[in-house]
Amino acid sequence: MHGDSIQSFVLFNRLEGFSGDGPGGMAWEGQAWVGGDINKFWMRSEGEREAGHTESADLELLYGRAIAPWWDLVAGLRHDFKPGDSQDFLVIGVQGLAPYKFEVAASAYLGESGQVGARVEVEYELLLTSRLILQPLVELEAHSKSDARRGIGPGLGSVEAGVRLRYEVTRQFAPYVGLVRERAFGRSADYLREEGETVDDTRAVAGVRFWF
Amino acid sequence: MSVNSFNPNHFGVPMPSRRRFVQGLVAAGAATQLGLLPSLGWALKSPDTPILLSGTEFDLAIGESLVNFSGRARTAVTVNGSLPAPLLRWREGTTVNVRVSNALPKGSVFGHETSIHWHGILLPANMDGVPGLSFSGIHTGETYQYRFALKQGGTYWYHSHSGFQEQAGLYGPLIIDPIEPEPFSFDRDYVVMLSDWTDMDPGRLFARLKKMPGYDNRYKRTLGDFLRDARRDGLAETIEDRKMWGAMRMTPTDLSDVNANTYTYLMNGTTSLGNWTGLFRSGEKVRLRFINGSSMTHFDVRIPGLKMTVVAADGQYVHPVTVDEFRIAAAETFDVIVEPTGQDAFTIFAQDLGRTGYVSGTLAVREGLRAPVPQVDARPILSMADMGHGGMDHAAMGHDMSGMDHAAMGHDMPGMLTHPPGEGSNPLVDMQTMAPTASLDDPGIGLRDNGRTVLSYAMLKSAFADPDGREPGREIELHLTGHMERFSWGFNGQKFADAEPLRLNYGERMRIVLVNDTMMTHPIHLHGMWSDLEDEQGNFLVRKHTVDMPPGTRRSYRVRADALGSWAYHCHLLYHMEAGMMRTVRVEE
Repeated sequence: MHGDSIQSFVLFNRLEGFSGDGPGGMAWEGQAWVGGDINKFWMRSEGEREAGHTESADLELLYGRAIAPWWDLVAGLRHDFKPGDSQDFLVIGVQGLAPYKFEVAASAYLGESGQVGARVEVEYELLLTSRLILQPLVELEAHSKSDARRGIGPGLGSVEAGVRLRYEVTRQFAPYVGLVRERAFGRSADYLREEGETVDDTRAVAGVRFWF
Repeated sequence: MSVNSFNPNHFGVPMPSRRRFVQGLVAAGAATQLGLLPSLGWALKSPDTPILLSGTEFDLAIGESLVNFSGRARTAVTVNGSLPAPLLRWREGTTVNVRVSNALPKGSVFGHETSIHWHGILLPANMDGVPGLSFSGIHTGETYQYRFALKQGGTYWYHSHSGFQEQAGLYGPLIIDPIEPEPFSFDRDYVVMLSDWTDMDPGRLFARLKKMPGYDNRYKRTLGDFLRDARRDGLAETIEDRKMWGAMRMTPTDLSDVNANTYTYLMNGTTSLGNWTGLFRSGEKVRLRFINGSSMTHFDVRIPGLKMTVVAADGQYVHPVTVDEFRIAAAETFDVIVEPTGQDAFTIFAQDLGRTGYVSGTLAVREGLRAPVPQVDARPILSMADMGHGGMDHAAMGHDMSGMDHAAMGHDMPGMLTHPPGEGSNPLVDMQTMAPTASLDDPGIGLRDNGRTVLSYAMLKSAFADPDGREPGREIELHLTGHMERFSWGFNGQKFADAEPLRLNYGERMRIVLVNDTMMTHPIHLHGMWSDLEDEQGNFLVRKHTVDMPPGTRRSYRVRADALGSWAYHCHLLYHMEAGMMRTVRVEE
């Protein structure tokens, strides 16, 4: 009582269909937590399906602890179902609200094969009106080693930048449309070229954001 | 005597196609629920019996009842089937016996335990009604016998101290007739109890606050606001202002956590459309006993066309002070006297602090009359000065008009402000004030320079000298802290669940200094003992049971620790208390 309640939150930040240079598909990104003000158990997931095949899908199970007014430290496991054979990573990261209200999640990954990865995601919300909200988002991925089977090169592999314009029908349910540009770099780009795929992909997206 | 009246409010209504229509229907039936106090009146307004219980023996049954304030039938927690709970009329010097039984159904969403706390009443600790501190609560099917002698008179109220039952309707007015004649006269006497109702299960509302604390803040500044401000104040100024708020990761439109987007405001258990009406004859003196029984709402109250003379605050006489308007925090009470004349009807208008809604009722010479209902005022915007962050210039203050910073500043600044050690880099503390002031003469955010005479704490002076008379022997400073985004609240960065009791020595006169390190306004209530508010110089000002603490304030009051036992001490915003802004105060020999 009075300050030790256990609460929960589930957010589908992105659940969308896309069409671009490729055959089109769908993607998701979401997170959930259960816990108190200081200690929480987190789940995060992100993935993409194209032409009926799962291109990438991961699930993170994390313990999170509030370490500063605006920051939580998270640590746990990440399981990649795709690309390639499934693999596991140890995760450590921070997430929270940076000054000027940028939502930031930065994570480092240590894989079984000695692969070290990093993912940084920064999001912002610009209120055009109280219901019409523009959400710019940038996501960067980098790796320490080459992983040819998964099309991963060392160093900065990909940058995704998008803007999504959502209309909050209710606080909890908002359809959106957006534009996303994804660009591969370095060896990661070379792998894509070898596959005959584009390294600089622009997609139109449409989806829903909802939470409960 | 015990009366269990039929309450016209509690019946199912056919599902309406238009929400407002049914609000009116329902409310019309409920309009006479509280009403004239029979001992003074010459007529009741309608055949419906106001639920008034008086005497010394009472049987109160707490259960669930259906209510309908929004067009949808919902379950409320009621006393003897009534929302608000029956008006209890006691007499100073008598001993009351109140048998409170828990008739909540098994598996009720409101829990299996209940309680009644007698707000502002001096009584033995085991009669105070706080489960876990005073007693173990009243469990399903059980009856608890409250028995205590009444050592005071005035206007008070009572409510549940279990879970979210207070939000769900368990609150009622309590009047204690004093032994001595009152120092003012009046011809009629009405209770005006304000409250906030939600169709949501309050437990889910709390969960929603934890998931998304800003849910009800639909007024965050947009691109359009930015362009308007840039045109008015210049681009550089506007960017500077946005940067300041952005750096703090806060929102200046964050005035209250739950507002009319969620709530339907009630006056004596009736919506505006129901138009609670108090009758008068021209030239009569009418006493209105305002009680804020809200869970989360500060109301700003006025009666256009009438001056209100405040004669008591929190049940205790004050030197009469005449105003046009007053802000009443959750749990506060103000007795005012009005002398309506020259019109057949006057509107009692109570808008919420955040300016998102209102509830109105009418004083009229006969049933069915209405006077014009004012518009809700323009929404104010918090300034850095409001939060005790020193003087920002006008341009940085958004559209709350000039003069605001003058009101909030210009008091003596306390020498060096130190924060409790537990606050620094505490994940549950998102802000610390830098230069807080008592601001006792500040009517408050959204009330400054509105062309009306607005009550401030500085205008409230008890009609008696400091009843204790001793200088405080020691001082405890507590900071009100919180984190808006985590919806976590506490004192000194600690939640109730993690904090040790505050220990007072039996018989001592001590001082509590409160500093508000948050951007919210917190009404702080100490059970069992008075809070004798001081002015900036430390002189006794006014005796209260609930002291409102706007953002950026530092206020002090004296406490005479003359009540042994464990007492609750908390913010009277229900969800702040539930989120941790509460302490146990233990008075020991």
